[in-house]
Amino acid sequence: MPAPQCSSCHAARAALRRPRSGQALCGPCFCTAFEAEVLHTVLAGRLLPPGAVVAVGASGGKDSTVLAHVLRELAPRLGVSLRLVAVDEGIGGYRDAALAAVRRQAARWDLPLTVVAYADLFGGWTMDAVARSTAGTGRSRACCTFCGVLRRRALEEGARLVGATHIVTGHNADDMAETVLMNFLRGDAGRLARGGGLGSRGEGGALPRCRPLQLASQKEVVLYAHFRRLDYFSEECVYAPEAFRGHARDLLKLLEAARPSAALDLVHSAERLALAPAARPPPPGACSRCGALASRALCQVCALLDGLQRGRPRLAIGKGRGGRDEEGPPGPPPPPPSDLRSGPGPAAGECGAACKERCE
Amino acid sequence: MVWQVLEGLSRDSAKRLRFVPGVVYVDEGAACGQSWEDRAKTLTDVRQILQTLGFPWHIVTLEEVFALPPSVLRCSAQDPVGTVETYKVAVDSFLQQQRTLAAEGVRGSPSSAQGEEQPSQPCTQDPQDPVGPPPAAQTEALSQLFDSVKTLTAKEELLQTLRTHLILHVARTHGYSKVMTGDSCTRLAIKLMTSLALGRGAFLAWDTGFSDERHGDVVVVRPMREHTLKEVAFYNRLFAVPSVFTPAIDTKASEKASIHRLMEGFLLRLQAQFPSTVSTVYRTSEKLVKAPRDGCAAGPRCLLCMCSLDVDSADSATAFGAQTQDFSQTPAPTPRAEAGAPAGPCCAAGPGGAPNCWQGTRPCGREGSRAHVIEQLCYACRVNMKDVPCLEPLPPYILAEAQLRSQRPSVEIQEYLVNSDDEAPASGSGALGPPEQEGKEARAACGCINKNFFN
Repeated sequence: MPAPQCSSCHAARAALRRPRSGQALCGPCFCTAFEAEVLHTVLAGRLLPPGAVVAVGASGGKDSTVLAHVLRELAPRLGVSLRLVAVDEGIGGYRDAALAAVRRQAARWDLPLTVVAYADLFGGWTMDAVARSTAGTGRSRACCTFCGVLRRRALEEGARLVGATHIVTGHNADDMAETVLMNFLRGDAGRLARGGGLGSRGEGGALPRCRPLQLASQKEVVLYAHFRRLDYFSEECVYAPEAFRGHARDLLKLLEAARPSAALDLVHSAERLALAPAARPPPPGACSRCGALASRALCQVCALLDGLQRGRPRLAIGKGRGGRDEEGPPGPPPPPPSDLRSGPGPAAGECGAACKERCE
Repeated sequence: MVWQVLEGLSRDSAKRLRFVPGVVYVDEGAACGQSWEDRAKTLTDVRQILQTLGFPWHIVTLEEVFALPPSVLRCSAQDPVGTVETYKVAVDSFLQQQRTLAAEGVRGSPSSAQGEEQPSQPCTQDPQDPVGPPPAAQTEALSQLFDSVKTLTAKEELLQTLRTHLILHVARTHGYSKVMTGDSCTRLAIKLMTSLALGRGAFLAWDTGFSDERHGDVVVVRPMREHTLKEVAFYNRLFAVPSVFTPAIDTKASEKASIHRLMEGFLLRLQAQFPSTVSTVYRTSEKLVKAPRDGCAAGPRCLLCMCSLDVDSADSATAFGAQTQDFSQTPAPTPRAEAGAPAGPCCAAGPGGAPNCWQGTRPCGREGSRAHVIEQLCYACRVNMKDVPCLEPLPPYILAEAQLRSQRPSVEIQEYLVNSDDEAPASGSGALGPPEQEGKEARAACGCINKNFFN
């Protein structure tokens, strides 16, 4: 059966069908359409004003690769300049290979690249060390929680180092939909209330963050990378199978099979959630230790690191405690641990019953 | 639940309920493709159970939706305050009374026993019961309607909508002011997640909260929402509550067939692994309020689900979805658009939107009437309607009401319309500033014909 004509240029033969609409397009037309949609997202939400210095969170994976590529194409039109910021979490066997991919990309696109490492920023704690510390409860490790929080801080630090005014990350629509599902399943009303919208404006001194790919489906991101022949690192993180997000991801895949617009519908639902005022997070203040944005006395980064240092890594995970009761004297972080510090069993019972719902 | 109500009303109970309930059973066999013989058999069993209750009962078939008046879709005035108080007292005592659950049929038939309550004078009606099969034309029309729907998800949603309308109508005709449904905690958690996945995030509080007043004079309440399915099963077994199994529209469907099935399977599996899942999701539903999004005034209501419309140009996901969805509809109307270019933009531009389209230029034909109905629906109902290729088989009351609403003066919606020259401020739209001239122009430039929002 001959392939249909591209419905946009009517000249070339169609090479693909768009996942959401089923429209048949040839390669170049699809790429153009994709870029046009990202441009529309950025302009419609006024995400990146002209003259902005944009730090692109580059992990070497398909999303950030596509993001960097598209932004590089659109940069002249938007009037922004780009910097690549890569975060080294210290996961052996995974992150080094990904970083090699990022370096290749930076060289190919001639974009300045900065690498920030957890070990430097967070007192010698790498993700491997965190994973060792949180393991051994019999329940799954919570290292993904640490990684997420610390990575955002690391990105922020890296962006400041290069003098950026905005941070962009490559989250796509599927990521957003998974986040919504995950937050609902865990009953995280605070995050549900904060989510939605095209990005955070950056209160309290934090840099504004946005996600230009937010409305593009994951399949289209992969298709784009294929047609533009982009070189990216495609393996998943070593710790990914243990993350709760995996459940949400499986569910989303099934939902998309039943209804192709499921991811968009979820994002729409999330944007329209009406939560009770009591469930909304309190207005943010400043962390008493590092001065960053925090909704409690200690920001999540400080609280997590605190827990790690004390050998009670789950201290800051779970509702309502967050190390608030156990602040030590503020001071410079202690020197990196030289040996395996597995400490007493992580706080399965210590945090109390409230944790059971979150820590799994 | 019916059993519980029965107990609550009995003279021996400590706190007596003060209302007189009726029971309604909706026979959906035609939608599920059952033959009349099977349905008659089920009805006999149901009748037996209902007769032991001693309440007035009504058996209605789903085919009767074809005879409903359009007034079903209108939200009537609320009850006077007096009855609300009595209701509250009644419900309080009812809730404190029971510990576990009631004569809901086994999971296959969520509609089998739904009680209704009437706080005023006791009703002395005879049981209403069709003795023979409903008119074949109606059964045929119903099967045709359900066969024309492409996906099981849309079928289930349509079935729910029609069932709700029918029960509302029965309630209104017989003077009931409340409808109680037997949704358990587990069911509601599943419903919550399903609604989320269908795009009904704005209406979760109505769909899964304790009381649902969007229909105005009839309030839907869910007194069993604190009990899990397991408790229900135990109660039924321990107290030998009779129940009838009726196949539903999704019986024997594969797990991946519809979003409802998927969610159910997913939640129950996750519950096995993390035992607090269902209760966590349920607690989240308690944190939801019924307010519309900040800044949105009470606007027009959806034709099918009667919630305030949640579609406007401020919403990034909706706008984007509409943009990409228009591409999929371009092939069909393209020749028409070339032939009669004004026909396209006439639906879109202009302050009146659809009303102008009807009165003004040459008729858009079926496309126009479909666009017409679609634009009166909320986001989730629109997505469902995408799976219904042709709107003709829908029951006449829906189409009539759509027609009626479209011909109302546009003054009502004038203030919500955004002309392409005006810069109407978006209402509280969230993170990054008001939308967007360029967005609208980009969309208009796409030559969108079925403009789904008030532009």
